[in-house]
Amino acid sequence: MSKTSRSLSKEDIIHLAHLAHLTLSDEEIEMYGPQLSSIIEYISKLEELDTKNIEPANQVTGLDNVLREDFILSDRTFSQTDATSNKKGIKKGMFEVDAIFQNE
Amino acid sequence: MQFFRMNSTSIKQTLELLEKKEISSVDITQKCLDAIETKDKKINAFITLNKEALAEARQADLRRARGERGTLLGIPIALKDIYSTKGLKTTAGSRVLDEYVPPYDATVTKKLKDAGVVILGKTNLDAWAHGSSGENSDYGDTHNPYDLNRTPGGSSSGSAASVASGMAYASTGTDTGGSIRLPAGFCNLVGLKPTYGRVSRYGIIAMGSSFDSIGHFAHTVSDSALLLTVTAGHDPYDGTTGNLSVPDYQENLGKSIKGMKIGVVKEFIGAGIDNEVRVSFEKACKTLESLGCEIVEISLPHITYALEVYYILVPAELSSNLGRMDGVRFGNNRNHFSAEAKRRIMIGTYTLSSGYYDAFYNKALKVRRLIIDDFTQAFEKVDAIISPTSPTPPFKLGEKTQDPLSMYLSDMYVCPMNLAGVPAITVPAQPAHNLPCGVQFVGKQFDEKTLFTIAYAYEQVRGPIHLKLQI
Repeated sequence: MSKTSRSLSKEDIIHLAHLAHLTLSDEEIEMYGPQLSSIIEYISKLEELDTKNIEPANQVTGLDNVLREDFILSDRTFSQTDATSNKKGIKKGMFEVDAIFQNE
Repeated sequence: MQFFRMNSTSIKQTLELLEKKEISSVDITQKCLDAIETKDKKINAFITLNKEALAEARQADLRRARGERGTLLGIPIALKDIYSTKGLKTTAGSRVLDEYVPPYDATVTKKLKDAGVVILGKTNLDAWAHGSSGENSDYGDTHNPYDLNRTPGGSSSGSAASVASGMAYASTGTDTGGSIRLPAGFCNLVGLKPTYGRVSRYGIIAMGSSFDSIGHFAHTVSDSALLLTVTAGHDPYDGTTGNLSVPDYQENLGKSIKGMKIGVVKEFIGAGIDNEVRVSFEKACKTLESLGCEIVEISLPHITYALEVYYILVPAELSSNLGRMDGVRFGNNRNHFSAEAKRRIMIGTYTLSSGYYDAFYNKALKVRRLIIDDFTQAFEKVDAIISPTSPTPPFKLGEKTQDPLSMYLSDMYVCPMNLAGVPAITVPAQPAHNLPCGVQFVGKQFDEKTLFTIAYAYEQVRGPIHLKLQI
């Protein structure tokens, strides 16, 4: 993506959609170009602030390293039936996913 | 009979009537269901109704007859359709989850059930809570019961409209950048955004995980405080809930607020605010002065960057959160996302991508720090902050749908609080243009108690609000 201009090209939009696993129609690609460009231009306003010695805010309420014992919480463990209850085409109690390796 | 006039009947009064056996939970649940039947064709507040509502009401009546008590026993409420409800469809307003039935309850759903509520159904929202008007819902627009041509505000559009129109006594919402307070202001309701981490997010479909605040809608400040006593608290399933005890939020209602210092944000009083909204806000400030408060001007110098920070960090977080919507284990595939979700996912993908991470995401985290510091410094000088809830009255449906940026600006007074994690409450104020108008109070982190005290004091002396429901 071009760094000098904030304006997103058609190729930029297609690339972003690919990264985000989204499929866009031609009309959507046309529509998102100017819309996303104007939003990016808007959020670029932060550039004018000097933040050289500022710590990034990774949390807001002062919590740090929240830990718990590593054991199975039985009251939030699903049965296999519950875990697969929202999908049709369950095979032998298992989810079906797209193949990663292809047989040549 | 008193319970026919539900809009003026608070949860508190209703619980007293239930206790005296003057009414039953079945009576009031049936009234709500009747109101839904007659009004919701025009308002579209609900996506799914709970077929078990009357059975739950009968159960509540039996429990009460047996001498059992629950903080909200028998009170019919509605849940934003982003709260997981075991066995009851939860769509998040998106066709991606069109048929999704959660196998578990959100912590807050469970807490409300344990307190004895009757769940009427699940309310409409902008898909994934992305929006300020309800118009991004895949299940149709929700209409403002005070003017059906206007938005009830979003993203918790159906939750606000259902309570405002007498279809529920209270409802739940989520507030990531104003999604409770804007609709509460637009629908003449009390809307609470608690401190980040005060209420568990577990089981509530995530938008911006470092922003999402779990709150609710009610008719009165006292009811809002009562609901928070039920929902607040540490949850081992949400590591970001503070391990702090839950105070009695109703304890200080009615206490004098004389001598309190209330800050008016200098940066908020500029261009873009509607004139009648400004008049209503100034009147609210005068009301507080009449209660003995001192109104002082404060500055939050970096707050003018709040929306920019918000629209970098929240899309970044939500693009990651929505990554799990792959259609493998539940829900439909990613082709079912509609326009605003795709827009935000792509913005988040852009700002997190290699080469842009430092310029956008990391930069925004640093400015977020500056904004947090602004609030911290302000609260050294004042007990609370007062501001308008929205710069304009509820706008017309369709007015801003083609211009995402102008839609985002509706949240200019509400979104900065999510960046700082501070609590805020909106209370009905004098109408503007004969439409609902809210005033917002903002407090220190985990100091909801002071917020309720101020909001209650204001509510008691504010005077009647002359508005008529259109439906």
